[in-house]
Amino acid sequence: MSSNAQSLPIDISNLCKAYGSVKALDDVSLNIAAGEFLTLLGPSGSGKTTLLMALAGFVRPDGGSLKFGGREMIATPPHKRGLGMVFQSYALFPFMTVAENVAYPLKIRGVSKSDQKTQAERALDTVQLGGYGDRRITQLSGGQRQRVALARAMVFEPQIILMDEPLSALDKKLREHMQIELKALHEKLDATVVYVTHDQREALTMSDRIAVVNHGRIEQIETPERLYRQPHSFFVADFIGESISAPVNVANDRAQLGERVLKSDLPIAQGRGGHRLVIRPELLEVTAGAVPETANDLSGRVKDIIYQGDSVLVIVQHDSAGEINLRVPSNRAGQTGLPSKGEQIGLALHPEDTIIVPEHVA
Amino acid sequence: MSIAEAYEGAGTLQNASTLKSEERRESLTFLGLSMPAVVTILIVVFLPIFWLSSLSFYNAAGELSLENYARIFESALYRRTFVVTFQISIVVTVICVLLGYPLCYWLTRMPDKIAAILMVFVLVPFWTSVLVRTYAWLVLLQRNGIINSSLMSLGIIDEPLQLAHNLTGSIIGMVHIMLPFLVLPLYATMRNIDGDLVRAAVGLGSSPRGAFWRVFFPMSLPGLFAGIVLVFILSLGFFVTPALLGGGRVQMLAQRIESTITVYSNWGAASALGVVLLLLALAMIWLMNRVFGLDKLFMR
Repeated sequence: MSSNAQSLPIDISNLCKAYGSVKALDDVSLNIAAGEFLTLLGPSGSGKTTLLMALAGFVRPDGGSLKFGGREMIATPPHKRGLGMVFQSYALFPFMTVAENVAYPLKIRGVSKSDQKTQAERALDTVQLGGYGDRRITQLSGGQRQRVALARAMVFEPQIILMDEPLSALDKKLREHMQIELKALHEKLDATVVYVTHDQREALTMSDRIAVVNHGRIEQIETPERLYRQPHSFFVADFIGESISAPVNVANDRAQLGERVLKSDLPIAQGRGGHRLVIRPELLEVTAGAVPETANDLSGRVKDIIYQGDSVLVIVQHDSAGEINLRVPSNRAGQTGLPSKGEQIGLALHPEDTIIVPEHVA
Repeated sequence: MSIAEAYEGAGTLQNASTLKSEERRESLTFLGLSMPAVVTILIVVFLPIFWLSSLSFYNAAGELSLENYARIFESALYRRTFVVTFQISIVVTVICVLLGYPLCYWLTRMPDKIAAILMVFVLVPFWTSVLVRTYAWLVLLQRNGIINSSLMSLGIIDEPLQLAHNLTGSIIGMVHIMLPFLVLPLYATMRNIDGDLVRAAVGLGSSPRGAFWRVFFPMSLPGLFAGIVLVFILSLGFFVTPALLGGGRVQMLAQRIESTITVYSNWGAASALGVVLLLLALAMIWLMNRVFGLDKLFMR
């Protein structure tokens, strides 16, 4: 959709909100660039939805500042913030047709009847629901309802669109399809998108940047790849992707697993609590002979081999790290030279993949 | 095409007759379970209605005639009774809506626990006998009742207000009795309205007031409609409260039916009035459904 309006940056600073003694937002500061797709990722109860609702104006913070395009919005009522919103429950009006739902924001804004119709149709076309305007909401499938909610949120060309777990009610296949579609749609729209989810894979797939939220604070904010490869804390490493971990001793920027010094190209983040070595199952390399000197040696004995369709999970017993999970593709290349249960296996963890993190961020 | 033919070529169906008889037995069980209720309704509802209605087609001499109906339409007294009955029912319904809708809305905005406690205040009177509540109103409203004596001692009025034994008293009492019938279905409907819908409307640019009228109100209409129908239809045939609080000055249809039997022993005429009342009530339900166009709203 072409748009005269330009997407707006969002500047959040020192946002606080407490429910009783629980801090839902603990001094949150965050700058979102114009046109960015930013995901708030966190477990339930982390405060990510509270943050989104504070952006929307449905939650009144105890203090802080919230600027859209440099303009202070903290005290602006929700209907004057000019946001597009998509709810987890879709929140489509059941007594209106699809077209009436999509035209709702236009009707409120006093757009003429004929313009309402053409703009609503165009929005429905954008979400591939052209010709569905006269249907009732009850006649639509979950995925179609989701698209209607999207069309309704963007039909008036808002500069900022907020989405609260919009795909969580869909089944896995449809969800993955919609992730790709939403991402493509964002590239077409000139809007800043703030997206809430608890699904790390969804966040990795769609976002420009991901803000990991925990206990009302932003634990880390990064691009998907850097977040995955260089987490700042064990919480982030554990929440994003699959991993197992082992405690390590850190002294003078050197980490030791048992007696062995770990080679790592990644900076060791400082923080509270002890450090841990994070091992992602797909980053381990099976070596035919001895593990090369340049890599960390995590060799052990194969305890179990579990076939999981697209991949094979190998559980390896290591003398100081405990059980290590290794994931290899289930194709022939992945299976060649794989020892069987009970045998010794050579495992290399390369320095660029050796992630050592503190328990908590500072 | 029989089931056997549908599967032809697939070999014999195993246990087909056993499964079939099992299915038949199951449907017989359900029929058997519902029979007591169906028979009871037939005996205690439909049979008496049918019998009483049939009385209306016989005149005093016991001959088949439409005399009783002709009298209803000719007599000015009967016509006035119908008009008064409808007027009172409409006024009571309107007052119930004006009081009940804001009450329900307020209740839905309360935290669950407080709303549950407040609902008790609606329900306890509802569970109390109509007669008890009507006499209680009589105590409150009469010339030297609590309301008049307190207003006079406060110097707000010099003479007692005429609150009972008239139309005012009847309407006050009827509204009190009828309010729960409006509140209960309306509250149930309002509670089921997803809060996200109103939030979505506001988030998309509606003022809170606009979101209420454009989203919340239309979605509460099925409950409001159910409440209005209940209150209106019950008011049409209401007897105890208008009889006691009206003090004989207010003659609604049910009272007219009662006096036709107890004073004049004219079962045929009373029955004809009852039939007309029943038909009017049914017509009102049909008409309201048309006006509100609710079949559309009920479709979720």
